[in-house]
Amino acid sequence: MALEWFKRDRTGLVSQPKKATPDNLWVKCDSCGEIVFSRELEKRLHVCPKCGFHFPVPGDKYVSILTDEGTWEEFDRELHSTDPLGFKDQMKYSDRIAASMKKTGLHEALTTGTCAIGGHPCVMGIMEFAFMGGSVGSVVGEKFARAVDRCLAERRALIVVSRSGGMRMQEGMVSLMQMAKTSVKLVELADAGLPYISLLTNPTTGGTTASFSMLGDVNLAEPGALIGFAGPRVIKQTIGQDLPPGFQRSEFLMEKGFLDRIVPRSEIKSTLETLLTFFMKKEPKAS
Amino acid sequence: MAETKPILGANHGAAGGGRSSFADTYVMDFEKPVAELERKIAEMRSLATGSGMKSLSVEIDRMEKKAAHMRQEVYRNLSPWQKVQIARHPRRPYTLDYVTRICDSWLELHGDRGFADDHAMVAGMASIGGIDVMLIGHQKGRGTKDNLFRNFAMANPEGYRKALRFMRLAAKFRRPVITLIDTPGAYPGLGAEERGQAEAIARNLYEMARLPVPIVGIVIGEGGSGGALAISVTDEIHILEYAIYSVISPEGCASILYRDAGQAPQAAESLRLTAPDLLKFNIVDGIIAEPSGGAHNDPDVAAANVKAQILTSLDRLIPLPEDRLLAARHKKYEKIGFWLDH
Ligand SMILES: [Zn+2]
Repeated sequence: MALEWFKRDRTGLVSQPKKATPDNLWVKCDSCGEIVFSRELEKRLHVCPKCGFHFPVPGDKYVSILTDEGTWEEFDRELHSTDPLGFKDQMKYSDRIAASMKKTGLHEALTTGTCAIGGHPCVMGIMEFAFMGGSVGSVVGEKFARAVDRCLAERRALIVVSRSGGMRMQEGMVSLMQMAKTSVKLVELADAGLPYISLLTNPTTGGTTASFSMLGDVNLAEPGALIGFAGPRVIKQTIGQDLPPGFQRSEFLMEKGFLDRIVPRSEIKSTLETLLTFFMKKEPKAS
Repeated sequence: MAETKPILGANHGAAGGGRSSFADTYVMDFEKPVAELERKIAEMRSLATGSGMKSLSVEIDRMEKKAAHMRQEVYRNLSPWQKVQIARHPRRPYTLDYVTRICDSWLELHGDRGFADDHAMVAGMASIGGIDVMLIGHQKGRGTKDNLFRNFAMANPEGYRKALRFMRLAAKFRRPVITLIDTPGAYPGLGAEERGQAEAIARNLYEMARLPVPIVGIVIGEGGSGGALAISVTDEIHILEYAIYSVISPEGCASILYRDAGQAPQAAESLRLTAPDLLKFNIVDGIIAEPSGGAHNDPDVAAANVKAQILTSLDRLIPLPEDRLLAARHKKYEKIGFWLDH
C-alpha cells in the first residue's frame, strides 16, 4: 500500500525527467536504448520515436500538452505539509519535504489549477513522482478536496494525472485516510453530475490506484505505464516466482477490464476533448 | 472444506476465557513473568485440593492478587511493538468469535456473485441486542490449515466485492452495517492484481461514502492498510484498546525506510499505530477497553464491551435522517489531515 519508491529509485526503474540542455543534446531511451536527439524528443512530447516509450515529463509539460493555451491558473500552490507525527527514520520527514521542494520547485506532490480543455471548463490536478515518489499525504488529499470544491462551485470537470507510489508513510494513518477523503469528494462531484477523468501514467501503484486513480468515470492511461495495487517486488516475494512479461502494465490492465482506453501522449488532449464534449455539452432539450 | 471453528466459542469448555486455558501456549515475552506466577498458583491449587490445607488457600489468594497486579502493570506500560504482538496474538478473538458472543442470531451468506466466495471475508445477517444488522468482517484462521483456508484474512478482490454486495443488500432493506476489521492487508498476489485489487478497494471506499444506512466499524485486531480501509469508511469507527491500525506493517516500513526489517519495533513507534495515537489524530472515534491481559485473556468481556459500543453507536446513528447521516460522514473524512496554508 505505502510507497516503495525509495527502492525503485535506486534500481532505476523510474528515471527522473531528462531536460534538453545544450550539454545534453542526446538522450538514451530507457526502453530500447536508442540514442535520440533531445530536440526531436521534445517535439514528440518526450515519446521515443523508435519504440514509443513515454519518458516521464514534469507537470508543467502536461499543462502545455493538455490545456488550451493561456488558460491554466494554478491555485493552492502554497499549501504545504506539516509533520504531524514527528516522523523520523534515517532522515527527518521535514528534511525530506525540503529536499523534494528544492528538487522539484513544487510545494507538494500534487499541483492543481483551473483551465480549459477544448473550451470546456476544467480543474486539472497533476501529480509529481519526483516529489517524494508522488506519495499522498495530507496536502495532496486536501488539494484534491479543494479541486473538487472548485469544480462544484464553478461547474468544472475534473482531470487528474496520476503518478504515485502510494500513501506517504511518514504521515502514518493520516495519509491512509486520504484515500477515504478523496473518495468521499468524488461522490460529491458525481452527485453534482460533473465528470471525472483519471489519467494514469507511469507509475501508479498502492493506495493511489486503490482510491481516486481507479475511480474515473473514464480511466485513461499512457502506454506501458506500471499500474497496480501491490508493487511488483512485493508480489514477486509473495508468490516466489518471476512475474509474467507485461504484468501490471497499461495494456494488461485494459485487457483485464480496468482501463477504458490507452492513449499515446500526442492523442490525450483530443481524447479529453471528445469525452468532455460528450459529458458537458448542453444539448437543447427535446420538446 | 474447512470451516473456521470458533475455538474460543462460548459453547466450548475452554472458552469462558479462563486464564489458565491458554497460559501454557502462546505466551509473549513480556507476559512470561505473569504466566510463570500463574503456573505456580495452579500447582499450589492442585496441592491444596489434595491436602485440604487452609493456609495454602490464603497464600493462593495472595499470589492471585499479585498476578493480577503484575498483569495490570505489564499492560499499562506496553510499547507500540508489544501492542502489535497482542493485536496479532494467535489466541486473540477473531470476527466469528465475536459473532458467537454478540449476536442473538446469525446467518452467514457467501460469495460476490461474480468470481468466488472469499473466505478471508465473512458476511451475514445478524441480530445484535434485538437490532437487525448486516455484519461483515475479515476472518483469520486458527492453525495452519485454517489459516490457509482463510488466506490469513488477506482478502482478494472478490472479498471486497463480497463485502460490498452485502452492504448494498443492507442498504436496500435499510439495515445498518457493522464491520469488524482484522487483516494484515489486502493480498498481494498475481490473481489479485489480474482481478483488480486496486479497483475493488477503491470501489468500496466510494460506495461506503454514499451508503444510505449507518455504518459502524470496530478494529478488533490488525488494521492493515488499504485492505482494512476497504471496509472501514464508516459513521463511527472504534478500536479495541490493544488493536492497531497502520498505513503499512511495521516490518514493511522498516525494510523500506530503515532498510532493515529488524527495525520494526522502532517503525511501530514512528507510525503512531496504537489506539491512543489514532484517537489523537482523529482516525478513530473511540477506544473500547479490553479486559486485563488483553482480549485473548477474556474474550467474553472483550465481546461484551464491543457489543455495548455497537449498541451505543447504533442508538445515536439510527434516528438520523439519511441526508444528515451522509453529510456527517463526509465531513468526518474531509477534515482529516494536517497542512499549512501559507
Ligand atoms: Zn525507445
